[in-house]
Amino acid sequence: MAGTDPIHQFVITDIFELFTLGGDGTEGSGTTFAFTNSALFMVLTVATIAGFLLLSTSGKKLIPTRAQLTAELLYEFVAGMVRSSAGTAGMKFFPLVFSLFTFILFANMFGMVPYFFTVTSHIIVTFALSMLVFITVIVYGFVKNGPKFLKLFVPAGVPGYILPIVTPIEVISFLSRPISLSVRLFGNILAGHITLKVFTGFAVMMIAALGAFGWAAAILPILMAIALTGLEFLVGAVQAYVFAVLTCMYLNDAIHPSH
Amino acid sequence: MVTQAYAQEAELPADDHGTEAAGAADAMHVEEGVHADPTADTHATTEAHGDEAHSDVFPPFDPATFPSQLLWLAISFGALYILMSKLALPRIGGILENRKTLIDADLAAADADRQKTDAAIAAYEAALAEAKAKAQGIANQNREAIQADLASKRSAAEADLSSKVSAAEARIAQTKAEALTHVDEIAAETAQAVVGQLVGDVPADSVRAAVAKVKG
Repeated sequence: MAGTDPIHQFVITDIFELFTLGGDGTEGSGTTFAFTNSALFMVLTVATIAGFLLLSTSGKKLIPTRAQLTAELLYEFVAGMVRSSAGTAGMKFFPLVFSLFTFILFANMFGMVPYFFTVTSHIIVTFALSMLVFITVIVYGFVKNGPKFLKLFVPAGVPGYILPIVTPIEVISFLSRPISLSVRLFGNILAGHITLKVFTGFAVMMIAALGAFGWAAAILPILMAIALTGLEFLVGAVQAYVFAVLTCMYLNDAIHPSH
Repeated sequence: MVTQAYAQEAELPADDHGTEAAGAADAMHVEEGVHADPTADTHATTEAHGDEAHSDVFPPFDPATFPSQLLWLAISFGALYILMSKLALPRIGGILENRKTLIDADLAAADADRQKTDAAIAAYEAALAEAKAKAQGIANQNREAIQADLASKRSAAEADLSSKVSAAEARIAQTKAEALTHVDEIAAETAQAVVGQLVGDVPADSVRAAVAKVKG
């Protein structure tokens, strides 16, 4: 029983162990891989997205059903995002952006269900996703543009004597992208879930400590928690959108490196 | 806040491994908070139990959970990417494309029909204008014929009238001239009678000569 501890919801527990790499065969040595609660919700997230999109569009109806229309709206929303930020050339990254957006969105929404684990509340997950974007940008940028990709760090129209100042700033801002991208998502989700737990925890503590008066007083933190729940749904959706939009903009840099 | 709450959690002996882990955790907590140093010792405890519920580190920063998370993220996200790029997105894109071509074809057909309608309307209007012009032509022709007829009849009547007038004038002039010839005779007779009454008989010839002289 977790009680009112706001951190307990982020604890990762093994459902079953898979295998261990390295180590000397003794307990605790090497790297152990396991199927965890986090993994369960990653699989659930992917299964939900794929199941929803594939089932809703299985009819391929000319006049869409409600579910098919939702899937089409999701498609057009992300396609419009990619097209407006990265241009038509960016459409080859549409599956990537769509996967990122839906994965983060559905993981965040799953996280709002009580007792469900929030995949995106772990920095390693968000960092891995942002590194995926970062490495894609670098690899595609060099493959497509060759050394011209470095023009990204030399903004056009800037006088030569400012370049020694501007270029390091551009390089630092480029290198900090995966960090800002991952910490933004991680921090928002983590902080939101802790705040929710703290406010509902207040209610539980008040009831436990103050009895009948506590029931009356607990209304305040509960109201706050209800408002925050709404806000967290918004934050979950907005953060998925922000992650996807920034991905598009970074990909745009790889496609058109000269600003 | 996080550290405090976490210390609380660590002290709770929630499961069988709790007591041992919590003991280690307590010792760690005195010196460090969220970023507790994952020393080899603590790490080993954590992994051995396979349950990080009471490990020493703030769960999202616990490196012991990283390999499993990365593995399953790679598996699940890879599966999602493949499912999306190979199945779901082409299918939805196909549905949208199909609908777009169909709507475009319908619009083109509607446009063709509209053009046909426009052509029919134009043809109708041309025919109408032609008929109107023809009708006007016929009306004009009729009016001109009537006017010509009218004019010829009027001129005939006028000529008739003027000939009658001139005949009447001629007759009047003739009558007048005739009357004027009688004036001499009457004057001569009157003069003869007057002279006869005053003087006595005078020959008619001399009277006539006198009258002509006076008149002359």
